[in-house]
Amino acid sequence: MSTRLPDHGRLIDRSRQVKFTFNGKWMRGHPGDTLASALLANGQTLVGRSFKYHRPRGIVASGGEEPNALVNLGRGARHEPNQRATTTELYERLEATSQNHWPTLEFDVGAVNAMVARFLPAGFYYKTFIHPRAFWKHVFEPIIRKSAGLGAAPDPETMDADRYEHFYAHVDLVVAGGGVAGLLAALEAGRAGKRVLLVEQNAHWGGRAPVDGDLIDGAPAEIWVKNAVEELEKMENVTFRTRTMLAGVYDHGYVTAYERVADHTPGEDAPRHRLWRIRTAQVISATGAIERPLSFPGNDKPGVMLASAVRDYIVNYGVAPGDTVVIVTNNDDGYRTALAAHRAGLKVACVVDPRAEADGDLPHEVRSLGIRVMAGSAISKVKGLKKVVSVRVQAHRGYDGGHEEIPCDAVAMSGGWSPVVHLWSHCGGKLTWDEDQACFRPDHDRPPTDQNGAGFVTCVGAADGALNGDVTMAATATAMAGLLGSDVSAPRVDVAREAPLAPIWVMPEAAGAKKRAKMWLDFQNDVKVSDVTLAAQEGYESVEHTKRYTTLGMATDQGKLSNINGLAVLAEALDKGIPQVGTTTFRPPYTPISMGAIAGEARGEVFQPLRRTPIHDWHEEQGAYMEPVGGWRRPYCFPRDGESHEDAVNREIDATRRSLGLLDASTLGKILVKGPDAGRFMDMLYTNMMSNLKPGKCRYGLMCSENGFLMDDGVVVRLDEDTFLAHTTSGGADHVHTHMEDWLQCEWWDWKVHTVNVTEQWAQIAVVGPNARKVLEKLGPDFDLSAEALPFMAMAEGKIGGFDTRVFRISFSGELSYEIAVPASQGRAFWDALHEAGAEWNATAYGTEALHVMRAEKGFIMIGDETDGTIIPQDLGLNWAISKKKDDFLGKRGQERVHMTDPDRWKLVGLETLDGSVLPDGSYCIASGKNANGQANVQGRVTSTYYSPTLSRGIAMGLVQNGPDRMGEVVAFNKVDGSTVEAKIVSPVFYDPDGEKQNV
Amino acid sequence: MSELASALPGAEYEGIVRVTEAGLRGMVTLKADLPDAANGVKAVTGQAVPEPRRINAGDVSVAWMAPDELLILCDHARADQVVRDLAEQLGTAHHLAVNVSDARAMFTLTGDTVKDVLGKLTPADLAALPLGEMRRTRLAQVAAAIWFSDAQTAHVICFRSVARYVFDLLALAARPGGDVGYH
Repeated sequence: MSTRLPDHGRLIDRSRQVKFTFNGKWMRGHPGDTLASALLANGQTLVGRSFKYHRPRGIVASGGEEPNALVNLGRGARHEPNQRATTTELYERLEATSQNHWPTLEFDVGAVNAMVARFLPAGFYYKTFIHPRAFWKHVFEPIIRKSAGLGAAPDPETMDADRYEHFYAHVDLVVAGGGVAGLLAALEAGRAGKRVLLVEQNAHWGGRAPVDGDLIDGAPAEIWVKNAVEELEKMENVTFRTRTMLAGVYDHGYVTAYERVADHTPGEDAPRHRLWRIRTAQVISATGAIERPLSFPGNDKPGVMLASAVRDYIVNYGVAPGDTVVIVTNNDDGYRTALAAHRAGLKVACVVDPRAEADGDLPHEVRSLGIRVMAGSAISKVKGLKKVVSVRVQAHRGYDGGHEEIPCDAVAMSGGWSPVVHLWSHCGGKLTWDEDQACFRPDHDRPPTDQNGAGFVTCVGAADGALNGDVTMAATATAMAGLLGSDVSAPRVDVAREAPLAPIWVMPEAAGAKKRAKMWLDFQNDVKVSDVTLAAQEGYESVEHTKRYTTLGMATDQGKLSNINGLAVLAEALDKGIPQVGTTTFRPPYTPISMGAIAGEARGEVFQPLRRTPIHDWHEEQGAYMEPVGGWRRPYCFPRDGESHEDAVNREIDATRRSLGLLDASTLGKILVKGPDAGRFMDMLYTNMMSNLKPGKCRYGLMCSENGFLMDDGVVVRLDEDTFLAHTTSGGADHVHTHMEDWLQCEWWDWKVHTVNVTEQWAQIAVVGPNARKVLEKLGPDFDLSAEALPFMAMAEGKIGGFDTRVFRISFSGELSYEIAVPASQGRAFWDALHEAGAEWNATAYGTEALHVMRAEKGFIMIGDETDGTIIPQDLGLNWAISKKKDDFLGKRGQERVHMTDPDRWKLVGLETLDGSVLPDGSYCIASGKNANGQANVQGRVTSTYYSPTLSRGIAMGLVQNGPDRMGEVVAFNKVDGSTVEAKIVSPVFYDPDGEKQNV
Repeated sequence: MSELASALPGAEYEGIVRVTEAGLRGMVTLKADLPDAANGVKAVTGQAVPEPRRINAGDVSVAWMAPDELLILCDHARADQVVRDLAEQLGTAHHLAVNVSDARAMFTLTGDTVKDVLGKLTPADLAALPLGEMRRTRLAQVAAAIWFSDAQTAHVICFRSVARYVFDLLALAARPGGDVGYH
């Protein structure tokens, strides 16, 4: 069984202990352990179950490529599923539970799937669950949902307790990977004075070199690494980070890196993850290589691991994956594991090597230690259920019935190495097949290109296919010299001479169908050699199709171990070469990153910017019920104790119509338009004539898009000969301003007009009701507010009660009304002063719903209610606001098109239900007959509908075919319950049609 | 006349940097043909028209905003006078000068790590932003202008309506434990 060794463990601190739990059981590890190494140290080789067959699964790898050891980590607000034990640093009181099993890890009901595995081949979902149709929803899906899936989803009632952030960096060069190649690249770039960011996904520098015993400049690699890091520390132009993974490479030198700031110190007051958003001229990918598994029967059992991982656990963590190890390898590098295991005092039962001869330096050294090397042989069976008991070894080629059973409790496998070409490929770099090393490597002639068409990613070291230390350093130096235009000398690296590997993808060679059904390619998704072969037989020739059909490489590890083996098997089945089959697409992120990191700061209070008026705090203090309007929050109504929203709205309307209402209208858009050509410009923007407006006067105007559709409306004020103030809707201010600038900058660039959006400069308050003038006079204006001096649709400027005001006599309610703008810094004080002075008239704040109801009572349209982007002013009976005198305005041509002048267009009318009820919002006016789809024909729809407290009945506006010609006609509108309600077509002006109230 | 209120009077946060609301500041937007307006601007503000992206600082500061736009910063009480003076100086030349003091909120950040804090929110290249240059950019999801008056002091202008959002962002970015150690 796996145990902690008495020595070794360069990364752990044996002087201290760290306690943690796995499935509720207390265990101990050391600082520096990963969860995976600590589990192995505690003899826990079984760590999870596979996705489809619920097969027992153990740790396979030692890094980010791990497919099996996924755990639920933490609990409550810090619970997170699918965390890789191999990259999770151990911390005190870490809580981990295994995944994908029921009821327990040791005894799993779903494992019965494994016994019927032959009934669940590739594509079985597609084939099996087609018929009968109804079974999918009621039978198949519930069962699959119960047995499939990985970790437990976080409790929806909890909120992630941690914080996250982004960070923007601009550099000359990003180096991904802190192994010896990456360190050398960063050193050279740093010495050349470049702004460098070096990131390493693990917590340690140096990569594999210290584990594999490379000698750099005659000393152990660890010494060189230490010196390199010390030199980097002294360079101000170099930033370097561990626990930071370069996640993705995108166009234009945009790169993301994922820093796990506080994963190893949970609960600390720090951002948990930081997503670096980087702009760089060059990316150096020193991402190393990943060892491939070998496909032999039973290669998925707990205890079968990558040979490099076995070395890592021994050397880095002082952990033995087993007492007796069998190594199976098609290359010389695998022998390093035999040496490491032997040095650690483990028993190496044998090295199984399918190559006919094993003559390199490393096999010689292994033999010299008395370790048995079985050349030309293969593993044909792994015995044991939840752990390895023995392996059966036979001839790889030419099986004659002879075999040998070798007891062992760990198997270290090596199928060669695949360069991590992900970062090269993210942005379109192409690959070439390296026959000698049997791997894809970057094709230097076809790099990913930047905005200038030049390559901007350079792979160095093992990521470039330089799999041996000496080649790695020499090639990195050459690449950096080319990039930097400087002389770079490579450190000398002494490594053993390695014989070529044999590109063996399946062993034994002549394994039959039964054995191939036990050779795993994708451990997490349970894809076997037989599945890929089957897919090929069924016509799946494209590697992308085969991937989706079999789910090969579609698990959370994204096929880091399975990709090359899978496509090699596919190539064999299709009788093609591997390069002809090609790889699937490498996409960012390199390994999964947290949603929190992607969201960054945007959660909680700062999830979204919320615009506040200068009076916003007052609304909140009053307990207003707020609604979103554009980016703002506006009070919908101000409910008092025990009052329903409906009651509050009715009260607010009543108070306003009877005496005095106050509305915070600060959100209204205000755009200043000035210049000698301002009048001409305004005439083009609005459908009606604005250039003949007299200074000091106001005019309601409509703004249309080029196509003639009504886009915005509002009151235009002429402040002086050259200056207009255009009021827009609350949500439309930014868009209208952009619209203006678009026309000014792109089409009428020679017109002398300037615009400025001054929306937020002003707090605007509507003082509304029969007592509106009285309250203003009480506050003490220094100018005349009388009907004669300041008539309807006029404006004046001056002081009221010491406030700097601009007063517009405009009314959206039909009452006597002053819209008063004061500088925002005076807004709240002015609002308070109005309430204080207005108390004797029961001054009542009203919200947007009261505003809506009152404007509907007056038949005023609302952009967004009566309009939806398909409505022209003529539909709304606004012909009076469309100038016939002007040669042109935006939308004029559009409105002349055939469909716009169709007499059958639906047009605006008022609607009164016969029973006084409120029509349902969005209700359709039913016409006779059915359409081609068997639905009732319709002849109109409701656009606004309210209960009018003024009239004590429901009122509505709607668009009805030929509506204005059908006054008095009764039509039917549909209701949600399927019935209809009858309504009479009337004028849309329900209240004070002659305007006597507002014009006093 | 009652007291004038800035967007978040007295708001401050002390984290790895200090974030304070800077109170009311006079701001005038001038849109004009800048070379033609240069003499008038000099007469009113005492400042030359800045080079692109630069801010000429003094009692009255002038910042370049766009090829046809300046932002004049002055005492809050003086902004209306600046508008009147510009009107007088520029006469009939086509221009638009308007007091926008109250449309804005301003924050000051002080501390050794101001660039690291702002670097969490703006995609601008802060390392390449010299003293005296104003950068129009965004802070997370809203528009902002930022500049440094010295290595430890940053100024932020945003729209008044989003002052709370921007303050919350800056405070979050400045929370202890969030050192980046980059700039």
